[in-house]
Amino acid sequence: MDLFIRDNLMLAMLLLLSLAMLVAAFMAIYSKRSLPIAMLAAGLVSLLASVQFLLLGAPDVAMTEAAIGSGLTTFLFFFILGRVRGGANRD
Amino acid sequence: MAEQLFVLLIGLAAVLTACGFLLTLLRFVKGPSSADRVVAFDVLTIISISGIIFAALMADRIIYLDVALVYALLSFLGVIVVARYLERGL
Amino acid sequence: MATMLDLIGALLLVCGTAFLFLGGVGLVRMPDTYNRIQAGTKTTTLGTLLTLLGVAFIHPDWSFKLLLIAIFLLFTNPLSSQIMARAIHRNGGDQSPLTHIDRLAEDKGR
Repeated sequence: MDLFIRDNLMLAMLLLLSLAMLVAAFMAIYSKRSLPIAMLAAGLVSLLASVQFLLLGAPDVAMTEAAIGSGLTTFLFFFILGRVRGGANRD
Repeated sequence: MAEQLFVLLIGLAAVLTACGFLLTLLRFVKGPSSADRVVAFDVLTIISISGIIFAALMADRIIYLDVALVYALLSFLGVIVVARYLERGL
Repeated sequence: MATMLDLIGALLLVCGTAFLFLGGVGLVRMPDTYNRIQAGTKTTTLGTLLTLLGVAFIHPDWSFKLLLIAIFLLFTNPLSSQIMARAIHRNGGDQSPLTHIDRLAEDKGR
């Protein structure tokens, strides 16, 4: 494929991912009413960061971020939240 | 001629993926309950797998597909944990 | 130079991403959480499978890893959507007034 078109397409994907990451980070900070929504938004920030690492040319960092940041952290947050509050909060 | 058609089709596919991504992000932002947000998160993960495959195709590196493999394995773990949390507080 | 196989693969890529776009539209426009699960999961599964098939046409030497991704996707994706729908139903999720049938509640009431 043409190198110019390829670089521009990757740049457009990076910009779109940055925009989505800003939106998700704003939701993670601002949703003070409900804790599960904030944790889901934090997981989404981690997922988009992983795709950005991949586009910037670091597949090993992207794999670690996908396994730990997006998978294990969300798992651990919801496990601890269910253990602490005993299922008292439903939104 | 064929080269130009190929580039045009790849660009069209990237634009369609971006539109689907933005619509799903809209549902993630304004979803009324948290179940809607979990569904939107799942769909965003699958669209990200498609975007990773696009990145592997554009950069011509097979090592990028390993990240898509990790996503395909791990995407359902978070959804199952959140479903258990919504069901009866784990 | 693009060959015939490349063009077929690019056409399959456009078909798959069209399904992804339709999944996004359905996720925004459907009135109910169950309908959103249906519209989101099924279309994106088919769209990602078509995308994998298109990349396998463009790069035939990648087909083993692409097949592995497709198998994992086919295993995990319907499982997660079914578990999510069951959790919402047990949690007492509201149903849209446009849909009248609830077979799971009928089975439980019997």
